[in-house]
Amino acid sequence: MATRVYVPRETAAVSVGADDVAIAIARCAKENGESIELVRNGSWGATWLEPLVEVLVDDKRIAYGNVAAGDVPALFDAGFLRGREHKSRLGAINEIPYLINQDRWTFWRCGLVEPLNMDDFRVHQGFKAFEKAVGMGADKVIEAVKTSGLRGRGGAGFPAGIKWQTVADAEGEQKYIACNADEGDSGTFSDRILMEGDPLGLIEGMMIAGFAVGATRGYIYLRSEYPLTHSILSRAIDTARDAGWLGQNIQDSGFDFDVELHLGAGSYVCGEETAMLESLEGKQGIVRYKPPLPAHEGLFGAPTVVNNVVTLASVANIMNLGGEKYASFGVDRSKGTLAFQLAGNIKRGGLVEKGFGITLRELIEDWGGGTASGRPVKAVQVGGPLGAYIPVEQLDTPLDYEAFIGIGAMVGHGGIVVFDDTANMAQQARFAMEFCAIESCGKCTPCRIGSTRGVEVIDRMIKGTERETNYDLLVELCDTMEDASLCAMGGMTPFPVRSVLKYFAEDFASAVGADQ
Amino acid sequence: MTHEPYNKKAASDIVASFGARPEMLVQILHAFVDRFAWISEDAIRQLAAELNLSRADVHGVVSYYHDFRTEAPGKHIVKICEAEACQAMGSRTLSAYASASLGGEDVTLEPVYCLGNCACSPAIMVDGKTYGRVSSERFDEIMASLGESG
Repeated sequence: MATRVYVPRETAAVSVGADDVAIAIARCAKENGESIELVRNGSWGATWLEPLVEVLVDDKRIAYGNVAAGDVPALFDAGFLRGREHKSRLGAINEIPYLINQDRWTFWRCGLVEPLNMDDFRVHQGFKAFEKAVGMGADKVIEAVKTSGLRGRGGAGFPAGIKWQTVADAEGEQKYIACNADEGDSGTFSDRILMEGDPLGLIEGMMIAGFAVGATRGYIYLRSEYPLTHSILSRAIDTARDAGWLGQNIQDSGFDFDVELHLGAGSYVCGEETAMLESLEGKQGIVRYKPPLPAHEGLFGAPTVVNNVVTLASVANIMNLGGEKYASFGVDRSKGTLAFQLAGNIKRGGLVEKGFGITLRELIEDWGGGTASGRPVKAVQVGGPLGAYIPVEQLDTPLDYEAFIGIGAMVGHGGIVVFDDTANMAQQARFAMEFCAIESCGKCTPCRIGSTRGVEVIDRMIKGTERETNYDLLVELCDTMEDASLCAMGGMTPFPVRSVLKYFAEDFASAVGADQ
Repeated sequence: MTHEPYNKKAASDIVASFGARPEMLVQILHAFVDRFAWISEDAIRQLAAELNLSRADVHGVVSYYHDFRTEAPGKHIVKICEAEACQAMGSRTLSAYASASLGGEDVTLEPVYCLGNCACSPAIMVDGKTYGRVSSERFDEIMASLGESG
């Protein structure tokens, strides 16, 4: 019988050679007269171990980490097809502490299944949640989502059940589900891991949302920086349609639903929900005034649920296991799990799905193993480019939406970017303003002009020109941007800037170009 | 990456394949870039006519998005991630190295703000393919491998 070998087809794994490893394994198997079945799975999220190869031996998946194509002949010689010893051998995949100590609610199929294999998906609960939802009826589905306490995982954290209820109650012949897959925050990749590892799971989440609110059309707005994701997702949509899980009268449920995949075009602000809707309509991604809320007047003016990838994918298990079960994870008003993403200067980077309430220190030290450089941590940016830089003194803050707001920071989409002590934080403050200037949609003045002025003021501070006067000016500029910007782009760019002023002010004098 | 020069017939076919729906403009422009590498003034004129939009509308969309270049790129397109996670792993040094080492070559070098490969920083994208853990040595190897494949 052919030995099954898993090699991920996932952006991070492929970016460090997984395709070459797959080719080398196929070739070596042929040369050695071994019969293998090569499965291209998604990633488990232990990105630091990629390329992570597994071999199925006696019902156990034996993992080998950081495999390079050049290692493959030696792996065959060592007998890896029988799970034998080799320096890269990690043991059974379901015994790796990084993975087993997580709360895998939303990402449980990632790595486990073959993403585009409908049979494999069905064996692993696929579409069970949709069937259950149809059996429950729309009202009870929305009730379960409310009970779960699920909040929008894109960053804003708005309660998903309330949003769904609003759209369900809104008048309108045509309603839409718009999935925000414009994962633009640096340090985040959980949407991508889900879409590459369990694309059918996302489609199922969208179907449930559509059923609950009475929407028959769904759109996925995917960022163009994810070409591999695009290829996997578009094939998954075709697979679902071919098998009768998208289209008219799905599996005789009387429910029609179909999904269209759209590509973004390199604009960060299109991750903002109204800019995304403009872009989906083929226009410039310029932010809309709110109200009206998208739930009332969204895509093409129709009531629209705009949810992030992880939000939608989390719903399937809320159907399967119940809203109460989901709410049993997490703390206070931050219920459930979040897929934290360890990134930047970190030894063991990757995805860690855990209940809210875990501290930054636990994630960075216990999971992440400290910095990749081995130097001390200086600052941690949580929640993307609009998130504050958190100093080491605050690493014991629990990850929970309200606790983070309490320290002037945000959880956002769960990206955690670690910087070591060689980083100059004044330079990072400057970059926050520079990034805002590059990506501003231009509709409101505080964001469009304020960001450019911000770069200039910070440059003067770094140079040492009237540092105190410019400090005051920068604070005032931050106030204006925060109070008067139309959306989070201009409104939150001050967060990282203020955190640098507060905790790392001495870095202005030591930045490159500083006149001391 | 192989591209062909802009021609009206091929462009018309692309527009037709999207049902000439004006709301598909962003998607159509992607298809244009895939086929012709960049968006010319002629292409904008044609899109406006076939989608029943004004030239200003089309121009606005083209100029709004980073992906829609209005000049022919070099033979290879190298994007270096200069967002925070990659900055924390030395992307500023890598960018400086790349721009010095690619001087004089027919390569378009540009920054990109996040490739979503933040646990393998620094990351780059070359001709649409993402690479992670890119040191300056690995950067040279990647560029050299392009030369081999043509």
